Amino acid sequence: MNILVCISCVPDTTSKINFKEGNSSFDSEGVQFVINPNDEFGLTRAIWLQQKSGAKVTVVTVGDESCDPILRKCLAIGADQALRVNIQAKDGFQVASVLSTICKDKNYDLIITGRESIDYNGGMVGGILATLCEMPYLANCIHLEIDGNKVDLQREIDGGKESLKASLPVIIGAQKGLVEEKDLIIPNMRGIMQARQKPLEVISPNEIKPATEILTFKKPDEKGPVKLVDSDNIDELIKLLENEAKVL
Amino acid sequence: MKILAFIESQDGDVKKTGLEIASYSRAIADAKGYELVGVGFNINNTRILESFGVDKFYNIETKEDNFFNVESYSDSISQLIEKEKASIIVVSSSADGRYLGPILSVKVNSAYISNVVGLPTKYDPIQVKCSCFTNKAYNENKSLKDRVILSLSSNSFGLKEQNKTCEYLKGTYISSTKSLKVTEVDRLKGEVTIADADIVVSGGRGLKGPENWNLIEDLADVLGAATACSKPVSDMGWRPHSEHVGQTGKPVASNLYIAVGVSGAIQHLAGINSSKVKVVINNDPEAPFFKAADYGIVGDAFEIVPKLTEKLKARKL
Repeated sequence: MNILVCISCVPDTTSKINFKEGNSSFDSEGVQFVINPNDEFGLTRAIWLQQKSGAKVTVVTVGDESCDPILRKCLAIGADQALRVNIQAKDGFQVASVLSTICKDKNYDLIITGRESIDYNGGMVGGILATLCEMPYLANCIHLEIDGNKVDLQREIDGGKESLKASLPVIIGAQKGLVEEKDLIIPNMRGIMQARQKPLEVISPNEIKPATEILTFKKPDEKGPVKLVDSDNIDELIKLLENEAKVL
Repeated sequence: MKILAFIESQDGDVKKTGLEIASYSRAIADAKGYELVGVGFNINNTRILESFGVDKFYNIETKEDNFFNVESYSDSISQLIEKEKASIIVVSSSADGRYLGPILSVKVNSAYISNVVGLPTKYDPIQVKCSCFTNKAYNENKSLKDRVILSLSSNSFGLKEQNKTCEYLKGTYISSTKSLKVTEVDRLKGEVTIADADIVVSGGRGLKGPENWNLIEDLADVLGAATACSKPVSDMGWRPHSEHVGQTGKPVASNLYIAVGVSGAIQHLAGINSSKVKVVINNDPEAPFFKAADYGIVGDAFEIVPKLTEKLKARKL
């Protein structure tokens, strides 16, 4: 079985977000980049399939050479090989489109994306990629079991979950629940050493235009100080919520 | 020109988010002089839509079952988009809306913009304000295509009534041939979900254990609120991860968010940033949450929360 895991390099969740060049681009100065958490849940699930049934796991990212350390980390976690599509994509549509050209060439049985990246939160790459490749897509995937060609899946929905069946090939949008936080694989020294020898191929894609363009960024307005209410005066809190905030 | 709104329903009733999508789309229709066409599946109370500005509504009966089938739904909607020649399509930010939008965008050759938090600031081409970096920032996003699908963040526009004479029509259901099929839906009955809730009550590690969650549930009950939790609480298995609010969990955009015993890690605060009013109850005056909250009480949650619940109950009577 061939598995492709799509990886996005994103600012660490604790990052303070700043912009530069007249608020037209993200300021990566001093920002630590990590594997997008949703993608990491998906990668872990892929490695389990590799360990159980000998699946071959390829990771791919769309970006410049600054993403290479993240791909090496994926290899250290256990992926067999890495691809990097060497463009600075402008939007999720462009990312999905260049990935689709790779997926159409190679016959992957399972393609894993994250539910969304935690930077632009677009949540569109998996769905667009799947539709371009004419494959079924399951968003918010919290369960995946493969038996031969048959797949059992679950999707997290508002207020519950949904169970589904499909047959390979299929694309999923991974999130927490597919594996748990404690299951994430921390690379050991052996993995890190092996990762240096594993193939990391750089691909130059055909030009594909984006569908959207971000013009400017803005940080939320500073909010006023908190109004503290004495713990003996709960009536005051209720009054404030009722009359001032008008939310009761 | 036309704008098409995907109106979501649950067990035959239009969801609140469906009415918000109609209200938002009406505002665009008014700004541009467009006709507002709605589409939904298996809806019984369609008449409510004429009070929210819908000019024409296609109700599609799915026949086979009531499950949300993303391929069949997107095929059925895309056929209507082409038939009506709609240039703007609006979907919600629910799990289903965000699932459908990107797939639909390929089928109707449109741009897709998610996390939209306001009306377009420009038209032809459309430009809208969106949240990004999990609410740590906003951006102005411009469509580079003639047709665009907007996914509106829940509770960012609100409900606005406007009476119209609505033409009710039947749409055609197109059954997908793709292999993915829903077999079962397991949804908590009668409980408010985080996505739909006006009020969310959330608990953190300060509650000391899952056995104390009645504090959160009782307060949520009296407020008609949804319950949520912080990441450590879901990681430790005290609460299901569907309740986890934050950067890797769910975003919350409620009118009122009450956090009990949540310290307020940056990832959690990002997730709740779109909530309009935030209240924190925590015994640590240094908890970062106090910097992000509108109202706060420093003190023991085990004493304060039951009192608050009692007083709210008394107020209701």
